[in-house]
Amino acid sequence: MSEPLKTEKAASSSGLKMMSRATYFREAALKNIFLLCAVLAVAAVGLIFVFTMARGWEVVKDPGLAAFLGGTEWSSSLGRFGILPLINGTIAVTLGALLLGAPLAIGTAVFLSEIASPRMRSIVRPAVEMLAGVPSVVFGFFGLVMIRPVVAELTGGMGFGTLTASVILAVMIVPTIATLTEDALGSVPPGIREASYAMGATTWQTIYKVLLPAAKIGIIDATILGMGRAIGETMAVVMVAGNAPQFFKGLGAPIATITSQIVIDMSYATGTHKTALFGLAIILFLISMGLVALVRALSRLNTKKA
Amino acid sequence: MGKRWANRIALGVLWLCGITTVLVLGAVILYVFVRGIGQITPEFILTRPYGVNAEGGIGPTIVATIYVTGLAMLITTPIAVLAAVYLAEYAVQGRLVNAIRFAADTLASVPSIVMGLFGFAFFVEAMGLGFSVLSGALALSFLMLPIVMRATEEAIRAVPRFIRWGSYGLGASKWQTVSRIVLPSALPRILTGLILAMGRAVGETAVVIFTMGQAINMPFTPLDSGRSMTVHLYTLAMEGINMDAAYGTALLLMVMILFFNLSARWLTARNRKVKE
Repeated sequence: MSEPLKTEKAASSSGLKMMSRATYFREAALKNIFLLCAVLAVAAVGLIFVFTMARGWEVVKDPGLAAFLGGTEWSSSLGRFGILPLINGTIAVTLGALLLGAPLAIGTAVFLSEIASPRMRSIVRPAVEMLAGVPSVVFGFFGLVMIRPVVAELTGGMGFGTLTASVILAVMIVPTIATLTEDALGSVPPGIREASYAMGATTWQTIYKVLLPAAKIGIIDATILGMGRAIGETMAVVMVAGNAPQFFKGLGAPIATITSQIVIDMSYATGTHKTALFGLAIILFLISMGLVALVRALSRLNTKKA
Repeated sequence: MGKRWANRIALGVLWLCGITTVLVLGAVILYVFVRGIGQITPEFILTRPYGVNAEGGIGPTIVATIYVTGLAMLITTPIAVLAAVYLAEYAVQGRLVNAIRFAADTLASVPSIVMGLFGFAFFVEAMGLGFSVLSGALALSFLMLPIVMRATEEAIRAVPRFIRWGSYGLGASKWQTVSRIVLPSALPRILTGLILAMGRAVGETAVVIFTMGQAINMPFTPLDSGRSMTVHLYTLAMEGINMDAAYGTALLLMVMILFFNLSARWLTARNRKVKE
């Protein structure tokens, strides 16, 4: 700092207007390094997209876009790569997971935010958080050895299939939906609750006539993100779905999803087959990006209204 | 049916939801614990698997898991923390910040199988790193980046403004304020985020299976391949060989994850106590 206190315009909002040139350059350089790190996140998404695209876009040439998106058969030995059975499988297990998981998760969130005593809360909330941390292979393993025999008993098959996968996925999406729903309920102004109680409403009336409508968009967001988790979940599904790329034939029949088919085929796929797997990855990427965009659009709608 | 009865029944159902969630977690933990505890011996943890039925221990898979997670942490932490510093302290709200947020959200929701395929195409093949710990760590760092970024940003935003004003008032520059005042006081919450991200990485399967490989191998240099505990569990369970070892592996995995979760929880609790 040979030039003490040479006046430079501060690069930052610190309000420090007088600083040496060395300080100024150091501050500006650091700021740009931080910016670079932040932009890396954008670059990462771009990189993922570009590389899966580069490896997968040739599906428009080889099976052909119509045969890929509209094909009703996925069979590597016949060289047919139609994704409709896989989409069908993904929809089946995701719907099942939402039907079982979303009410449980929303109920848990309402319980945590409105009913539970601090003591109960200190048991249930950590349980929800830990459920989020359990690795998906462990869920898959648990489903394989615990849920599958029960389902086999109920449906009379091997127990691999839509129902088992849905049950496991339902458990896995509970933390996502419960945490976000609890946040949404927490941001409802307490005055609304008090007004409802003051009118003589019971706790339940307050919950379903006042709180749930007020937190509606937050709960929809939570459910959409839970759905995204179910669509993208891989290992747990592979382990219990039975992995037969066929259309839904009943709760106990084996099925394959987009994600499970990638894992099963990746170990031996070559050529067009491998390209088709990257094509599946592109579709998954677009779905997850679309869901994020949807959630952001919904929250923007919500803030505008408020 | 009067509103009192409706109330009682509805509240009962909500109680049931809360309790069910706890019971599900309890069932998973208890089942894995009861079936796996008999497997845990020093040999199981230290020796390597051998034979067609993968008898023996799971030593190399534990090493590979810790190795790849540690390396991923080293790659992720500086980038994620500095990116969060930019977002929380420097960035002016605008299109760029919006784009960064959208990218981070998207990155957080990219299914891990897509991350695995991308890692395979980019790190393993295009960059020529092969199936290796390094490829696995780089792919995992993509997964951990948004988690650590989000946690750090929230931690920084939770630091009270007046502490910053005090620092500026003493004539500190922006960087001095950030590095000596803001980051130290946000540190416990940043660490909590890091620990949770590590838990995610330890439990991740789909990413490492296509980037670190499946060969049972004691990795030494970052360019060696290896099989993580999760991949080992997956293989054992799918092939139906040696279910005992599968239970043991599942138990060790759960113990590691619970350890990460509990230490994050402990850090948060201690931090709260210090503040009061």
